[in-house]
Amino acid sequence: MKFRLVFGIAFSPLLFLMRERLSLMLACSVVFRFLWQKLEISLNLPFDPIAGRESESMTHIIETNQLTRSFNGLMAVDKLDITVESGEIFGLLGPNGAGKTTTISMLCTMLKPTSGSAKVNGFDIVKEATQVRKSIGIVFQDPSIDDRLTGRENLYMHANLYGVPASEQKDRIDRILKLVELDDRANDLMRTYSGGMRRRLELGRGLIHYPKVLFLDEPTLGLDPQTRDHIWTYIRELKKTHDITIVLTTHYMDEADRLSDRIGIMDHGKIIALDTPPKLKETLEGDVIMIKANSLDALSALVAEKMGLTKTSIIDGTLEITVHQGKTVMPRIMELATQNKIFIDSILLREPNLEDVFLHYTGKMIRADSGRELHGMSAIQRRKIR
Amino acid sequence: MTELRGFYTLWLREVKRYLRDRTRIVSSFFQPLLWLVVFGLGLGSIVRVAVPGLSYQQLIFPGIIGQTLLFTSMFMGISVIWDRDFGFLKEVLVAPVSRFTLFLGKMIGDSTDALIQGIIVFVLGIVLGIGIDPVTFLAALPVMLLITFGLVSIGLTIASFMGSLESFGAIQSFINLPLFFLSGALFPIPNLPDWLQVAAKVNPMSYGVDALKTIILGGAWQPLQLQPLFVDLAVVGVFDLIMIVIGTWAFTRMK
Repeated sequence: MKFRLVFGIAFSPLLFLMRERLSLMLACSVVFRFLWQKLEISLNLPFDPIAGRESESMTHIIETNQLTRSFNGLMAVDKLDITVESGEIFGLLGPNGAGKTTTISMLCTMLKPTSGSAKVNGFDIVKEATQVRKSIGIVFQDPSIDDRLTGRENLYMHANLYGVPASEQKDRIDRILKLVELDDRANDLMRTYSGGMRRRLELGRGLIHYPKVLFLDEPTLGLDPQTRDHIWTYIRELKKTHDITIVLTTHYMDEADRLSDRIGIMDHGKIIALDTPPKLKETLEGDVIMIKANSLDALSALVAEKMGLTKTSIIDGTLEITVHQGKTVMPRIMELATQNKIFIDSILLREPNLEDVFLHYTGKMIRADSGRELHGMSAIQRRKIR
Repeated sequence: MTELRGFYTLWLREVKRYLRDRTRIVSSFFQPLLWLVVFGLGLGSIVRVAVPGLSYQQLIFPGIIGQTLLFTSMFMGISVIWDRDFGFLKEVLVAPVSRFTLFLGKMIGDSTDALIQGIIVFVLGIVLGIGIDPVTFLAALPVMLLITFGLVSIGLTIASFMGSLESFGAIQSFINLPLFFLSGALFPIPNLPDWLQVAAKVNPMSYGVDALKTIILGGAWQPLQLQPLFVDLAVVGVFDLIMIVIGTWAFTRMK
């Protein structure tokens, strides 16, 4: 009894202290956990729900490594190695059947590669498909909206499928609708929308979950020139306001030229040239002279022999010659023609465009139905490369 | 959580689409009406019902509900083909939700639509003077829903393999009518010849119809019962589970 009392008195301050300490520790841990949660929340920004994997490699938002896909032995995509920089608009240009959509389908995890691998936003497209899917937005080549729902309902559905927090959905959808200028039609059924309006809604829809990369597969296919122009404006606007990387495929030269920071020209499943549009045009060494005359083959042979101009082609009754300085070469061609009794009907000088670039690299026009073929030395060079 | 929200939005879509389709709802009155009035009264005028105290019309009423559920549920598979044709399927397939969620959302959404069709037939029966008390009605609802799960799953599975509307329609009538005729919807199974009884007993639909008859017709049906109610429900439940597994697999391989 006495002992216990002494013990109690002697140790009570200590016990008291210990209890204090304990509660202090408890309080500390509570505060610490609270702060940690705060930190976690602030790290997990609502505007950036999907963080990338490796921060140092994130300048390359897309990397493919020998990416290959074949269909019954036919190589649709053949050992593709491309990297897309974060924040750029990357254009994949090529004729129908070049493998553009197959490439996009693989990057979007819709199609498994036959061999090779690729990473999107740092995630492997096969092993981490769900993470990749959360990181990307897609606008398909064909329409993919529910025409029996309203525009707004389509957007809500997308937001729910991509796990956008319920509290943010209304705000984001309102902003997107404003961006694509459909806010006044948002509550109408999609079936009452025009083709261009549907396309705009699809563009907007791809952005609702704030993707890192937006894939646009032939975004203006089948639209009239005015609407195409409109959509181009939106795409540039989207890139500016949302700070995302855009990968677009197209077989329209002007589209690739006007939108892309860099262009990969694709043919037979391979990238045959990859650079900025101006640099690609530079590789052409100059201008195109277009001549209509009574004997094109003879003239073609003549300019090759006497003037060393071998980059010639004959399309639909027009001889096209690619030269360095068109203005100075033109008079000499006229002279040569007259000396050899060839009558020139018309002669025209044209600055190079991407169509010429494509012709230069592939030896054919981008539209396969055109009978344009390369003649002369450049054709031979191309064939050697193949 | 994402999966749950995905499920909800897919369910909501199916129900919204259905409720907006006025023609489908109005036309859904028609076929059951023909069966109940023309077939029920017509055949009822020449057959003597083996169940005391029940008219032929009353006897087949639960069967006609079952038939409506069967036909509507199987038909729902068409939405997969529509979605593919109109491109919407791609949007759903690339979304970061599992195929199980995708299947379940669509399946339960379609089941809800089929259930609404079934309720319409119920109301039709009440209007035609087939005495049903509210308790019976409420007891029948969960059973009806249970029946639709498996049937919708069959429809969705078949549709996910079919390339076109035409081939889906052809397969449909190939499956629908045998399932319907062999379900005991129009006649009690125990009175059938042995070999036909065997065919009816392997038909999962028989147990759904039997359960509906037990609930709606009550004691009068007891002697002709195929199985006790809980066995019926167990068979239907197991069938549902199997079909959901198969359906999820079918959706997983869909591209």
